[in-house]
Amino acid sequence: MDSQQSSGFVQAIRLGKQVTTSEGPLVILDDINFSVPAGTSVAILGASGSGKTTLLGLLAGLDVASTGRVMINDIDLGELDEDGRALLRAGSVGFVFQNFQLLSGLTALENVMLPLELASDSKPKEVAKDILSRVGLVERLHHYPSQLSGGEQQRCAIARAFAASPEVLFADEPTGNLDLTTGKRIIDLLFELNREQGTTLIMATHDEALAGLCETRLNLQGGRLVQ
Amino acid sequence: MLTFSWRLLWRDWRGGELRILAVALIIAVTAVSAVGFFTDRVDHGLQQQAAELIAADLVVSAAKPVTPAIEQGAKALGLQTAHTIQFRSVAIAGEKPQLVEVKAVSDGYPFRGELRITDAAFTQDRATENIPASHEVWAEPRLLQMLGLSVGDSLQLGAISFTISQLLTYEPDRGGDMFSVAPRVMINLDDIAATQLLGQGALVNYRLLIDGEQAVLDQFRKEIKSLKLVDEKILSVSEARPELRVALERAQQFLGLASIISVLLAGVAIATAARRFARRHFDSAAIYRCFGATQNKIILTFSLEMLWLALIASTVGVALGLLAQAAISQILDKLFLTSLPAPTLQPVIMGYATGVILLLGFAMPPLLALRQVPPLRVLRRDQVPVSTRSWLIYSGVFLSMASLLYWQVHDLKMVVSVMGGMLATISILSLAAYALIRLLATLRQRVGVAWRFGLANIARRQSDSVIQIVAFGLGIMVLLLLSTVRNDLLDGWQKSLPEDAPNHFIINVQTDQVKGIQQFFNEHGVQQPRLHAMVRARLTHINGRRVSSDDYTSDRAKHMITREFNLSPAGNPQADNVIVAGSWWQPTDHGKPLISLEAKLATRLRINLHDNVSFDINGREKVFKISNLREVDWQTFNINFFTVVPPGVLDDDPASWVTSLYLKPEQKSLIAPLVKDYPNVTVIDVEVIMSQVRSIMDRVTLAVEFIFLFSLLAGLAVLFAAIQASQDERRYESAVLRTLGARRSILLRGLFAEFITLGALAGLLAGFAATTLAWILAEQVFHFPYQFNPLIGLAGITTGVLLVGIAGVLGTRSVLSQPPVVTLREGV
Repeated sequence: MDSQQSSGFVQAIRLGKQVTTSEGPLVILDDINFSVPAGTSVAILGASGSGKTTLLGLLAGLDVASTGRVMINDIDLGELDEDGRALLRAGSVGFVFQNFQLLSGLTALENVMLPLELASDSKPKEVAKDILSRVGLVERLHHYPSQLSGGEQQRCAIARAFAASPEVLFADEPTGNLDLTTGKRIIDLLFELNREQGTTLIMATHDEALAGLCETRLNLQGGRLVQ
Repeated sequence: MLTFSWRLLWRDWRGGELRILAVALIIAVTAVSAVGFFTDRVDHGLQQQAAELIAADLVVSAAKPVTPAIEQGAKALGLQTAHTIQFRSVAIAGEKPQLVEVKAVSDGYPFRGELRITDAAFTQDRATENIPASHEVWAEPRLLQMLGLSVGDSLQLGAISFTISQLLTYEPDRGGDMFSVAPRVMINLDDIAATQLLGQGALVNYRLLIDGEQAVLDQFRKEIKSLKLVDEKILSVSEARPELRVALERAQQFLGLASIISVLLAGVAIATAARRFARRHFDSAAIYRCFGATQNKIILTFSLEMLWLALIASTVGVALGLLAQAAISQILDKLFLTSLPAPTLQPVIMGYATGVILLLGFAMPPLLALRQVPPLRVLRRDQVPVSTRSWLIYSGVFLSMASLLYWQVHDLKMVVSVMGGMLATISILSLAAYALIRLLATLRQRVGVAWRFGLANIARRQSDSVIQIVAFGLGIMVLLLLSTVRNDLLDGWQKSLPEDAPNHFIINVQTDQVKGIQQFFNEHGVQQPRLHAMVRARLTHINGRRVSSDDYTSDRAKHMITREFNLSPAGNPQADNVIVAGSWWQPTDHGKPLISLEAKLATRLRINLHDNVSFDINGREKVFKISNLREVDWQTFNINFFTVVPPGVLDDDPASWVTSLYLKPEQKSLIAPLVKDYPNVTVIDVEVIMSQVRSIMDRVTLAVEFIFLFSLLAGLAVLFAAIQASQDERRYESAVLRTLGARRSILLRGLFAEFITLGALAGLLAGFAATTLAWILAEQVFHFPYQFNPLIGLAGITTGVLLVGIAGVLGTRSVLSQPPVVTLREGV
């Protein structure tokens, strides 16, 4: 993959992660190298324990690498401190999680407003309503997560992820907690919004069919990329 | 950020996350501002009414007639003057004697404020510019009630029979009830000589009231300063009624301390609730971080949310405090001042500051953990923040408490001792609570399943249980101390007095009346009392060095050095005196200038054995050598003196005599004929004074109890905070147990068992602590044997069981109402 200067470009260079355990150091990721051009989609495939979630955490700047570098828009995340990475996320990054991660005390509307409010958006309510109607939840604005079905919760989470128009969207097993039919609808929605907004999509999954929808596949085994 | 934090507040409130925090804050702010509003009003009343409180712009006060030169000086400058003379005496109506506070006033009194009178009891009073006419007396309405008199009846005062012409409802320089043991009667100064009430050495306060332009008054002050007055004290508006100020300061400190207990308990509730709040916001914080919020933004957002909460809760608290202070004012009605002005803004500021400091001090340390929540938690839920260092939490709490306490009592030494005392009490109570919980473990195998479940809960949440037991224990202990123990102490003290302890004091007896009075009692079958002579004197030098109040730092010593001493000649020491240094004089020493001092007084004034002390006795200086130091038991009601001299030393000086004696109830009728025969003599009935003191104490205690009610409410807030903190866990457990087949009734009985036991332990601890404190107070402070009262423990346990049992079950009942499947699906 060639280097591209447009925003949404993600790159991993000799990326590694290891933790210390009582039985010595444990390597979770080792020498990971790849680039994701802006606006494209990548699936990180692998079995449970292969390091998918760790890699996603490192790419999104939620965790710090032991070795190597992660670049987003040519900015080295390793050179930023925790707050610097947060600011980068605020401007460019969105998330969709397997367990939705909606805040239980907030309504659907408030959950979607949250990233907009944190970014001091001037009209968080209007934007959130707009995107919620886009994902078909206009009737559910004032419902709490516990009052929504699994599919509705994930649609709400997708609305939240796209609300602040991120350049890069990270998705961690987005259909992992959903049945097949619901999962398919969610994926369609995700890719549709992704195309509309021209977002770079990086998705961790163990679902081959889902990975097949992405332009690029990265196979992770025992912490290393294999072809 | 402001809007976002405001929205967060609303969202968290809606989710029920902030209720305990808000309630605890409101309780604390209400308690503090109620006390604040009340003391502020009295304080302000003192300032506003300062000139009224001395009824003039300047007052010269003395224990003997004011030096004529002073009045001449004032008149020469064109200032106006008036006189008052005040003393206690016995008035007689028919055969009924009554101790009264006589005030004789001259034309012109009062220069500031006004007298208010009425023609009949319970009718509207009116202001008057007059003073009582000759042979007329104005009496306080309660005197007429006591003696069954009405306006127009006559009242004997000394040698004159006065006609009661008006009821006196208000005099500006009277102060509040606390300082007026006996009812007031006011007469015209011109009648005073004819009453023959003012004998030699009688306890009288003479006042010269001065009125005029400030500039002239300043000049006058300068002039009289040059006269180097010893016997006279100058009172200006700014120094008006120091005793009122001291009493207010004490009340402020005491009520302040009482309210600070509520603040402390509210703080515990807040810290507990904040811990849960923080834990439940780990996910939110992780999501915020994930969406790009910086650590500082997160902490600022939550801080702002807490600030909003503090401001809103404080507003409610201050408003409730305003209502509560009306209750305190009602309870302490007219104890300080007869009328109180509206409160100022000061207590409002105090209320808000308490709210903000309390919430930030107790809630912020646990909330700081939110800053540390790793964003990775959104992917891995096992990621929790590094726990905030406990020293940070405790120092936050400690500093907040100390600063609030300092603000309440304005006394650094007191802050240190109170904080130390609190820490020690809480540590002891915590250890005891811990030991009791451990003891419970042994019971678990011998009880049914419901009780085992309840007791297991107490043991499992050990630290929470200890906090709850201590919080309730403190609240119940204070209530026990104030209600039951207070009466036990008073009764115990009265019982410790011998049956025939003197119950009457006779003062102001003249030398030529001594024999007659002894004979009078002899004739009426009362054991002949021993009368003691006393000569008034002022301490001027110690070992040749002039003394002044500036030489001493303690208020007691300053007061001692400026007061007049009574030198009493005696051949032998009183039976209850113990010589602790030196030796008592021999008959051969009689007539020599020796002196015996009370030991504590000598220590306080730094006087040693064999030192020389000089006294001014009627303008003549006399030097005495300290021959011995004595310890005196002041509680016997026997007549005792700080200063005793050998017989024959003061024979030439004018003395007045004093005695105390025991009169049986049927002998009390002797007082009226005695006072008729000896009009200048004052008889004081100790029982009457005691009942007066008791009634004042009752009211003050009621006010303190009222404030402690808030501490009990704060204790409940602690309980609910702890219940809420364990709610998720309880809900999950009960779902599991019900799935396994436990009936709802068993679980409910388990909850009962848990909270009844907690309440009983708190009550037991409170009863034990209150009894121990009472015992220490009785044995160490008041020196009389304490009678243990098992009812105190029983009262403590009953209060604890009822209060904690009911509140606890009410608070946790909801965990049983949710279907187990819902709980299990949501997880913990």
